[in-house]
Formats: sequence, C-alpha cells, structure tokens
Amino acid sequence: MTNAKGRFGVHGGQYIPETLMNAVIELERAYDRYHADPAFHQQLKSLLNEYAGRPSRLYYAGKMTRDLGGAKIYLKREDLNHTGAHKINNVLGQALLAKKMGKTRLIAETGAGQHGVATTTAAALMGMECVVYMGREDTERQALNVYKMRLLGAEVIPVDSGTGTLKDAVSAAFREWTNRIDDTHYCLGSVMGPHPFPTIVRDFQAVISEEIREQMLEKEGRLPDAVIACVGGGSNAIGSFYHFIDDPSVRLIGCEAAGRGAETLETAATITTGRLGIFHGMKSYFCQDEYGQIAPVYSISAGLDYPGVGPEHAHLHDIGRAEYVPVTDEEAVNAFEYLSRTEGIIPAIESAHAVAYAMTLAPQMGKDNILVITISGRGDKDCAAIARYRGENLHE
Amino acid sequence: MSNIAKAFERGKAFIPFLTCGDPDLETTEKLVKAMADSGADLIELGIPFSDPTAEGPVIQAANVRALQGGVTTDKIFDMVRTLRKTVTVPMVFMTYANVVFSYGAEKFISACGELGIDGLILPDIPYEERDEFVSICKRHGLDLISMIAPTSADRIAMIAKEATGFLYIVSSLGVTGVRSEIQTDVGALVALALENSGCPCAVGFGISTPEQAKQMAALSGGAIVGSAIVKLVARHGRDAAPYVAEYVKSMADAVHSA
Repeated sequence: MTNAKGRFGVHGGQYIPETLMNAVIELERAYDRYHADPAFHQQLKSLLNEYAGRPSRLYYAGKMTRDLGGAKIYLKREDLNHTGAHKINNVLGQALLAKKMGKTRLIAETGAGQHGVATTTAAALMGMECVVYMGREDTERQALNVYKMRLLGAEVIPVDSGTGTLKDAVSAAFREWTNRIDDTHYCLGSVMGPHPFPTIVRDFQAVISEEIREQMLEKEGRLPDAVIACVGGGSNAIGSFYHFIDDPSVRLIGCEAAGRGAETLETAATITTGRLGIFHGMKSYFCQDEYGQIAPVYSISAGLDYPGVGPEHAHLHDIGRAEYVPVTDEEAVNAFEYLSRTEGIIPAIESAHAVAYAMTLAPQMGKDNILVITISGRGDKDCAAIARYRGENLHE
Repeated sequence: MSNIAKAFERGKAFIPFLTCGDPDLETTEKLVKAMADSGADLIELGIPFSDPTAEGPVIQAANVRALQGGVTTDKIFDMVRTLRKTVTVPMVFMTYANVVFSYGAEKFISACGELGIDGLILPDIPYEERDEFVSICKRHGLDLISMIAPTSADRIAMIAKEATGFLYIVSSLGVTGVRSEIQTDVGALVALALENSGCPCAVGFGISTPEQAKQMAALSGGAIVGSAIVKLVARHGRDAAPYVAEYVKSMADAVHSA
C-alpha cells in the first residue's frame, strides 16, 4: 500500500528538516534489511510471546452480547499485554531495530503515558538510555504513568510549549532528535510522522489483526463482519485493520475522539473536522484554522488528544475502505463504566471510544453477525480522572 | 540575475530575520525599515506558525506572541505591500509548509511574486519534497531556498545542484537559537556545496556576536541571524527599532569586513 517516498495515496511523505533526512534514510535501510531477516522476526516474536505475553486473547463478551441484543461481540484484549496496552508491540520492534542499528538511546513522546511506559520498559530490558517527552498538562492528567517511567529508569521531560499536550510532546521529541542523532533513535509511538515511521509502526502493530484473523477462524470458522478500534494517531486501529483490508466483507471502523462534540471547538476528531495539511513530517488530515495554524484540540483522553491522524488512515478514508466516526467524552465515559460493570473489564478511556460506538452499532446488527472491538489498553490509569469527571473528589 | 543574487554582489551578505507581527505589524514594519537602513543585504521575514518544529525557545515564543496578537498571512501580505513602496532590499519569507499549503501553494506563491518577495524558506521541505513547491516558485520568479545541514554528507551534491538564490548552510545540529560556539566544520560544508553549485552560501543557526558573524562570513558568502534579533524585540517590544538598528549595523559591518 506504500508507494514511492512512503505515500498512501496523496498522504504521507517526508516533510522534515534536512538535518533529519539522513537519519530517516538510515532507519529505512535498516528496516528494509531486518524486515527481510527471519532471525530478526524470530527474536521479536520470542520477545512478544515470552516477555509481552502474546498472543493476546480474543474474548467472547457473552454478557455484553446478550445485553445489547445484536451482533456477537468479541474483545481483542490488548489491555492484557505487558505494560497494559498495544504500545509494547511497536516498541519492542523499534527498540530491537534501534539496537541492531547500534543506537544506545531511545527518545519518545507520550500522551496518555502508555507509549512512554512501553518505551521505558523496552529500554530497561535492552539496557538503553531513555528520555520521554510529555505535555505538561498530560503529566498532571497521568501522574501515575510519570512515576512508572521514572521508576523504570527514564527521564521524563514535561513540555510547556504550545498546548502542553501530545502534539507538543511530538514536536519536542523531533527537536531533540535533530539535536542528537548519532546514538539516538526516536521511537515514535503511532503510525504517523515521516516515512518510514507510518509503515514500520503499522507492520509492528499488524500482529493484532493477524491474531484476530487466526483466532476468529478457529473460534467461528469465518471472518468478523466488523472491526472497531479507537483512532488518535491510529496505531492500534491500523494494527487491527491491516490483515482485513483486502477482505471487503469486513467493515473497518475507527472511532475518533470528539471531545465535547465534533461540532464544537473542543474536539480532536481529525477526519470528521480536519483538512488536508502538512505537519509532523506527513501530509494528512489535521485540525487547523483557515491559515493552516494547527488547532488546539481537546479530548478527555490524553492518548487521542492529537490534531492529526496517520496517513494510511487518511487514505483508507479517501478510498472509502474504512469508516471514521466521532465519539464524545460523555459517550466514552458511559462505555468505560458499561464495560467495567458488564464484563468486569476496565478499558482505557481511549479504548472506551471504540466500545461506545460498538454499543450503538451492535444492536443494529443481526445475531448472526460478529463484531470485534480492540481494547487497546487497560483503564487503571484513567480511574482517577473519570471519577473526577463524574464529580468525585479523587486524586492519585 | 535574481534579486537574491544581488544581495551577494557587493561582497558578503548580512541576513537578519524577524517574526512578523511580534509584537504587532506596525513594529515589524519599523524594524524592517531599520534593518534595511542599517546595512542588511537581504531580510528574512518569518510568517508565524503554531508549531514551529525547527525553532528553539526564543523564536517559538515570538511565534506565540505574534499569533496571539492576531497576525495572519493576509495581514502580513498587506504589510509587505506597503513596505515594498520604500524598501528595495531583497526579502524572503521563512515559514512552515502548512502555512503555504493550507493557503493554497499557487495562491500563496503568486501573491509573493506580486508583492515583490524574492524567495521562500521552508525548513520542513527537504529535497525529496521540493517538487510540489519548486515549479510554482519558478513560475512566479521566487527562489525556493535549499538547506544543507551538518548531517547532509552524501546529500550535499544533490541538494546544491538544484539550488537557486542562495544555499542556507545550517551551522549546527538542533534547532535555531544562540550558541556560544559553532563546532561544525562549516568551511568543509561550504566547499562541497560550491563544488556543485554557482549559488552563494550563507550560514545560519547559532550566530549572535559580530565575531561569530565575521568568522562564518569569512568561510562562506554571508551570515544569517534570527534568535539574537528576536530576543531584542522580546525585550524592547514596540520600542525595539533603535536597538535592532544598532545591532544590525554592528553585525552588518562585521560581515562586510570579513
């Protein structure tokens, strides 16, 4: 699906300062080499299985299915991975690649803290130095994850520029990378940024749909009718979609964070409200004003609070292969509570966006239909914030 | 000969930068005139962007001040239209790809041509992504300025061969901002560039003192200074013109004597 210069249709590309060009070219060469190397894949698979706990379960949510009264619902349990989210899939791949490239230091951005924790974990495991950039506001929203990263040996640098959220953390990490390239790999956390990142991250996350496919064929003897995942940059979604893209019978649905509503200014629903633009190394859809200034976006979820979306999602939207729907804070919080009570599974607030849309969609589908929701992460990190959202005076 | 080439005709060029609309456009207009009168050979006008990923804290803050003050691309175009009635020094816009792309590259660049803007510096458009903008620039008589970084190595020849106007030599790794010393072998970068291009080279990033400017100009065709000027604007606000004039004069004299 990638063509020259890492394009997905018109999206993608390499819109970065000259200082970084040889770094991404070096990365692309290394990736091409190790991507074709069975020994690399064997090593990565062993890490994913023995260390991260893969394959993750495809769990039949019987109570939820009966309660909603429509499609049969399965949950892809990425929340059960080591470090509690899908982020570890990508991070183990990139850290292993960086190590092979002779890099000794990882830098990363993080929003909710999940990617930061995963990167720090991989750095600890592989004996690498690690620095994580995190928006000041997010360090407050996700204080526990900041502690975890420090506990794991990383330096966490709060970012004050801009809106103090995920986009500013990405900008800060790019700035640091231009400053120190020789020994440093920028371990980008989503399917975004300049080529080859969207392809590398997608390939490492594609294990999600590879497993869903295998597990579904084993359990049901057929493919699902729909796969639903939340989309910020879009890494768990592209990972969940990838091995179904060529199966037109499988609906692929990405849930964007609408914040207080896609019609308000307090939203992060990029495909619903954004325009084509160039930012953070890629051409894609971005929330921006008429002069191309990037909009200060908002979502209750720090992990989806990003004004852009990965270029492959932008392309899947353009060609009509995937659908993207906005889900509000309120809907996501309801789903967070619903899944906790109905199945005894506390999802990350990011993943709750996907659960929320499934709650609308499942009853409209027949009982012979099958729906898969990717639970990209677990919700422990969100409990205090959701309690506060509901008016409880709970602080970590 | 392009207007930019003329900036290097009489010897080494001093190229000051400022962020348009910081703190307001009336001040910017005064500052541009002051710089032109104080010996600037080419002026870089920054159009602010919400997320300037190649800038250090000083210019980032200027972008924030300018945008908070309500400056827009159209208002900057109006200011340049007024300035061009009296200021003949070559001028280029420095901004980020999305500011141009979102306005419509054709619409933005043709407006630049009509206003008498001589070139465009887009730090997030490397060689690989030039095609989208360079043909439009050519059609409207603008040079799309190419950049060479300390990490460019085997890319220098390729970049230099396509360069027009001047070649922007990035002196250091990292983002814009004042540095106490420049460790890159700038002379080697310039020599490699000149083997492959007839364009003059100017060195930017990290230069703030007349000594540094003279040293960099001696190794190349000129020196570019941004953060040091933006700092003066931050300190003196609407009254910055005489301070900027004095500073630009000292820097231009140093460069011209190199």
